[in-house]
Order: sequence, then C-alpha cells, then structure tokens
Amino acid sequence: MRTEGLYALSSWAEMGYLLAPRATLVLVLLLLPFVLDLYWQRVFCSAGIYALLAIGFDFLAEYVGLVCLGGALFIGTGGYIAGLLNEYFHWSPFITIPIATVLGAGISTLVLLPCLRLRGIYFAIVSFMLPLFAGFIIIALNVFGGTEGISALDTFPNAWVELYLILGAVIVSLFALRRLVNEDMGIILRGIMDNDQAVRASGISITAYKTRAVFIAALLGCFGGAYLSHLYGWLGLSLFAMDFSILPIAACVMGGMGTLVGPVLGAFILTPMSEALRGFGQLRVVLYCLILIGFMVYKPEGIMNYLQRKYHQFEVWEEV
Amino acid sequence: MAGEPLLQVTRLSKSFGGVQAIMNVSFELAKGEILGVIGPNGSGKTTLVNLITGFVKPDTGMISFKGKDITGLPPHKIANMGLTRTFQVMRPYHSLSAYKNLIVPLNSPRVRKTAGGTLGDIDAVAIDILEEVGFERDARVPYKTAGSLPLGYLKRLELGRCIALRPEVIICDEVFSGLSMSEISSLIPLLEKLRMEGISMMMIEHRLRELFRLTNRLVVLTFGQKIAEGTPEEVMSNQQVRDAYLGTEMKK
Amino acid sequence: MDILIYGTVNSVVFSLIAVGFALVYGVARVPNFAHGSIYVLVGFLTWSFVNDLKMNYALAIILALVIASIVGFLIYRLVLIRLRGMPTSEIIASFAVSLIILEGLRMQGIAGFKGFIGPFYTLRPFVEGKIIVFGVFLDYQRLIIIGAGLGLVIFLWVFTHHTKIGLSLRAIAQDERAAMMLGVNSDRTAMISLSIGSALAGLAAVIILPLGSVRAEEGYRVLIYALAVCIIGGLGSWGGAVLASFVLAFAMKISTSLFGALWESVVLVGTIILILLFRPSGLLGKQKELEERV
Repeated sequence: MRTEGLYALSSWAEMGYLLAPRATLVLVLLLLPFVLDLYWQRVFCSAGIYALLAIGFDFLAEYVGLVCLGGALFIGTGGYIAGLLNEYFHWSPFITIPIATVLGAGISTLVLLPCLRLRGIYFAIVSFMLPLFAGFIIIALNVFGGTEGISALDTFPNAWVELYLILGAVIVSLFALRRLVNEDMGIILRGIMDNDQAVRASGISITAYKTRAVFIAALLGCFGGAYLSHLYGWLGLSLFAMDFSILPIAACVMGGMGTLVGPVLGAFILTPMSEALRGFGQLRVVLYCLILIGFMVYKPEGIMNYLQRKYHQFEVWEEV
Repeated sequence: MAGEPLLQVTRLSKSFGGVQAIMNVSFELAKGEILGVIGPNGSGKTTLVNLITGFVKPDTGMISFKGKDITGLPPHKIANMGLTRTFQVMRPYHSLSAYKNLIVPLNSPRVRKTAGGTLGDIDAVAIDILEEVGFERDARVPYKTAGSLPLGYLKRLELGRCIALRPEVIICDEVFSGLSMSEISSLIPLLEKLRMEGISMMMIEHRLRELFRLTNRLVVLTFGQKIAEGTPEEVMSNQQVRDAYLGTEMKK
Repeated sequence: MDILIYGTVNSVVFSLIAVGFALVYGVARVPNFAHGSIYVLVGFLTWSFVNDLKMNYALAIILALVIASIVGFLIYRLVLIRLRGMPTSEIIASFAVSLIILEGLRMQGIAGFKGFIGPFYTLRPFVEGKIIVFGVFLDYQRLIIIGAGLGLVIFLWVFTHHTKIGLSLRAIAQDERAAMMLGVNSDRTAMISLSIGSALAGLAAVIILPLGSVRAEEGYRVLIYALAVCIIGGLGSWGGAVLASFVLAFAMKISTSLFGALWESVVLVGTIILILLFRPSGLLGKQKELEERV
C-alpha cells in the first residue's frame, strides 16, 4: 500500500494524529443514528445516498477529469432495476440491490461509453442530458410504471438495517477509493489527466481506464438508487430528478474536492439543511447552487482542505 | 542485413488543411540500427513521428512493423507491439514523483504479458529502471516530483518511460534539444547501451555532430519530402541538402 | 408538404435556440448551461412586464432582452471570470447558475413572490391569424419565425465579418492565443459574447414562446435542444449548428408522423449517440474536437 510521501512515523501517537480527522468523522457517523429520532434517521439515510454520489463525483472530477452532471442517471438506473426486479420477480432487497448495483452500473457505463474517448466537455453534456432523456422516454413510452411509478415494493426489515447498510456502503466506498487512488490505477488515471498522449505512447488505452473509473462511480450511484427504492418502497420518475445531480456537486465543492472525505461531510451537512427547507419548495435547490457558487468563487478549497491545512499548520514533519 | 526490415514506411503522405506536411516518404529501419532523421525546421519530422506511432492518421501510404500493417492503428496498440516514442515537448506527469511516472508503462498489457503475470514489486522495478537511465538512487532523485526536475533528468525520464515498456523500437524526437554539450555527452552512452541491448532507434535530431557519433545512416527531410538517404558524407555532399540547410548561394 | 413546412419552421426554431449557445461556446469555450434558463427568464420577464406592469408589448420585449444581456454579462463578470482556465469549475458553475434561475422561477413564498408554476402564462403572438402557404395552414407567428431566422443569420454574418467587435469574436473563436497576441482582450470578448448569447436566447424566446406557454421546465428542454444541435453540428461550428438544426428537426418531424409523437425523444437521443459514435466532431466540426493533438 502506497502513501503519498515518506514520513517517519515513530509512534502510535503520531499515526493517530494523522488519522484523527478521518477517524473522528467515521466515529461520529457511526454513533449518530443512536441519538436521532425516526424522522432524522430517514434524513440520515438520504444523506448517505447523497454521500455516495458525492464521493463518485469527486473521484470522477478530481482523479479522472470527468465532470458528471448526471448523478440522477445512476440513482434512476439502480432504483428502477431493483424496483422492477422486486415487483416482477419478488426477489428480496438483499438480492435486488446487489444485482441492480452491478447491472445498473454496467448499463450506465455503456450509455456513457460513446463520449469517453472524446474530450471531457462531451461527458459533461451527455451526462447532463441522459437523466432527462430517461424521464422523457419513460413518460413517452409509458413503461416501468410511467408517470405514477410503482409502489408497494419491499422495504428493509428494520431501521437499523437501513441505517447501517447505507453507512457501511459509504465507509467502504470511502476507504476503497482512497486505496484505489494510491494504487496503480490511480496513478494511471492521474497520468491521463496530466498528459494523456504519453499514456497512450506507453501502451495504455485511455478509454479503457476511463471506462473502469466511470463504472466504479456508477457502482456507488446505482447502489444508492437501489437502496433508495427499497427505503421508501417506491420507484418513480423522481429517481431521475435534478436534485440527485446537483446536491452531490454542491456537497463536493463545499466539503472540499479531491479529498473524498470532504464530499461526505458536505452531504451530511447539506441534506439535513435541505430537509429543513422542504417547506419552501424549490428554494432548496436555489440555495445549494448559491452555496456551491459561493464556495467556488470565495473558498474553492472547501471545508476539508481548509481544516486540513489549519490542522497541519501546527505540526512539523521530518522528511527522512 | 538479413530478413525483413523491422519498420517499413511506404509512400506516406499527410496534409493538414491546405498544407502538405508529409509527401510520399518511404524508408526502412533495420533491426539493431540507429537511423537518423534530419532536416530543417518545419520539414515535417514530428508529423512523421506522429504518423508512424499512430497519433495522426495518414492520408495515403503504409506503415508496417515487424511485418504487420500498423497503418491507422491507435497509439496504444502500436506501443503494445513494441514501438514507442519520446515527445519533443516535455510533458511528464508533473504531479507524480519521477518513479511513479514509470508505473504507467509498467502497467501496459505488453509488460504484463512479457513478465508473465504481475511484476511483483512494481515500485522497485521502476526505481531500477530509473537507475539504469542515470537517476542517482542514493540522492533520492527518483522520489522528487517530476515537475521539479531539470531538463536533463526529464529527458532521461522520457527514455526511462520508453524502456519500461520493453520496446523493440524507440523513436526519439529531438531528445538532445535543450541540453548542454556535456549533458548530451553523458546521454550518448545510454543510447549506445540501449542499442546493444537490442533496441532499434530512429532519432530525429538537429544536433548533427552528436548524432553522427551514434549513427551512420541518415534520412533527410525537407518540406515534407525525403530528399536524401545515406551516410553522413553522402548526404552532406548532396547539393539539395546543402541548399536546404544553408540556402542557395546568391547569384553574383 | 406538411412535413416540409413544419419541418422548416422547427429547424429555424432549433437554429434560433442553438445559435446563442454556439456563439458563447465558440468564443469563450464555456458551455453556457444557463442558456436555457435565460430563455425562460426572458419569457417570464416579458409576461410580467406586459401583464403586471401593463407595458407595451414591444417595449416589454426590448426591456427583457436588455436585461437578458445584462444577466449574461453578470454571469461572466461575477462568477465565471474567477474560474477561467478551470474547465471543470466553469461547467459546474454555469450549471449551478442555470438551476438558480430555473428553480428560482418556481419558488413560492419568498417575500411574496408567487412563483411561476403551471402552464398559465402565455405570450401573445405578434400577429394573429393564419395564411395558406403551398396548401398548408401556417400561422403568422411561424412565418415570423422563419423570417427572423433568416434575418438573424444575415445580421450575424454581417456583424462577424464587418464590425470590429464581431471580428474580434471570430478571431478568438478561431485561435485564442493568436488573437490575444494581437491585442484582443479575452475576458472582454467573453463578456460581450455572453451578453450577445443571452440576448439571442431571449430573442429566440420572445419569438418562439407565443406558440405555446411559458413554463420553467421548458428551460431544460431548450438547453437539451441547444446542446444536441451543437453536438450534432460540431461544437464551435456555427454553420454546423444550422445544418444540424435542419437535420434534427426533420428527423424528429418525420419520425413523429411515422411513429407518433412519443418517439421524438428517442430520435433525439439516438441521433446524438450516432454522431458520437461515428462522427464525434459533428457534421461540420473540425477534427480537433477529439483528444488533444500532440
């Protein structure tokens, strides 16, 4: 396992210091459900879904160079597949979710494939358009439940499963991706961003790696979608809503792009905030966007980067 | 020279908009040789490299490598067959440390195939390669960020990137440019060593004197056309070549 | 014949919508995702001016267009200018602005703002009535659309070939660095192009919206059409955008009459995917739309 530099860690205390911020966040998240009431527990679950999308977005934007404006595509695909499998085959959520995650990711990646060998702008445009198209097509052809959707899907056995399933997914994704970006694949992806011609001259197919990266981000999103349809026992057009595309982005920018953890933090801040404003209609979305732009223009590093900077200002590391 | 040439370029042509960058160029590269390609600025040398290595598709003509037609193949497929190149405009993976720059080619299908599976400690392999091209191991140079390295090291890094692929042919696009005489002098043994190890090379160069220390066969390009081929003496006594480099004498 | 006439009208509609976007992208290299939102904004502004402020229709239109230009200018000046050179951030920011405007128009209950919900807002056509052209009923508004389209093309051609500002826009669109070396200020040009682009979006809105009603959701549709046309025509190619408008509009019209209106979206998506697979630089685009050259 690689680390970004060579530091001499001479004691457990120092190791602890390095890991403290992340460990705190994880610990807080693990304990939070115990102090929340039922309503806020549901909000917590939503936040988890947005966190998954946010991690995926951060990974694609900062480590692969692709701006994904269509998180809703993943949620919708994962949600619809899981819901449909449950509705027509009556498979339990514990079967539909894994299948929807993998199958959904495969389909999403396939649909995005044509623009992976082109410049990044095409990916942004196509990813933006796809969830909207999915909506149009579902309405137009009146399939998969059309405008009303399908309800009465199976839900989870109890609240604890709901909570810790999504939280587990977030934590696993976080650590897996952090590992990935330090392994060979992460290096190659960074190489593609720095100088893609050299990568091609070194015998690596850029499209192949971008495809893998998109697939990974799609796995996260589709899991979220599949989970969501079983959380409320319902699937419908709102799975492709713009909310799923924009909130993760705002969470990322606010939380600190590139850190992978920052987006999770951002998601857990913005989601409750969005819930609290539910009564005001579309004000939520306007607010996320204002926050997003505000951060981008005035504090582009985001919360996590800011905190890490301040944190590290108080220590001096010896490079061997 | 026995058997087929390693690399064969036949009647290659390419125009961009109205500009004929390469016209009807043909030549061969034999196994184990270093071929020099020279010519004044703007004669299409880099375009030629781009055409051969798949970054640009030719309008007409054919390129064959190891007997197979590679015309129109994408760069990564050509690289995986064993043909790679350096870049005239130096662009390392600047945010990565030097040895990590080599991780990319070490992950190519070609390397995986020839190593028969995984490479074991890939980092160690990368550092070994860097040492081979002259990075001082004990001064921790391999760990410095590529973006912070001076030009001489960057050139070596480029060669390291090529070597990591275990190629059969390396096309060097002006690898001497920007280096001082002493830096070039220390680079030449490395290139000789590569040739001894069985890597054939095609060197696009401006620094003729240094180039002639490495090779005895040249191709001269002007305005996209090959105007001469042969030993340095033959080529330099060719009137067309002299005109191209020095300009025609003024009529008195 | 029906298809020919209405196909032509739709083609011009698409062209009108796409040209503003193509202009901004060609010059500033920024995909202005807020394009669709400005379209809708102008629609609602005009409606408010006419119905709430009882303004003269023509005056309302002019005022709305001016406001659109200012909004476009501000988008660049306040937001995008700080993000220049970071394509990831530019895209995200213009996307966010688009949502602020579109969803903002649907907000309710803030400071008495009632929000524009539902298909109740309509703009009057400029001239009522229909005429018969080649045996097909055509309302005057649609005729005006065709006329406007033609007029716009001519105007833009003259503008970009014979005025100083227009020429600098073209210069930057062709080669930004060279133009900058010759003294063309890239930021100023971007601001100008965003103003003009927004005004064009507004112009398209006031001409086209009288055909139906003004709804915030239209903003997304308009944006999709603009994006689709520009991709199919080739990002950055104005001629391509016009050509693509015709191709797309006719494809959609024909499929509607053959298979029914429901398949329009499918045809739209299908065409985009086909282009991306087989001719990614678009119908008239230049090859450099793919990966960077060495």
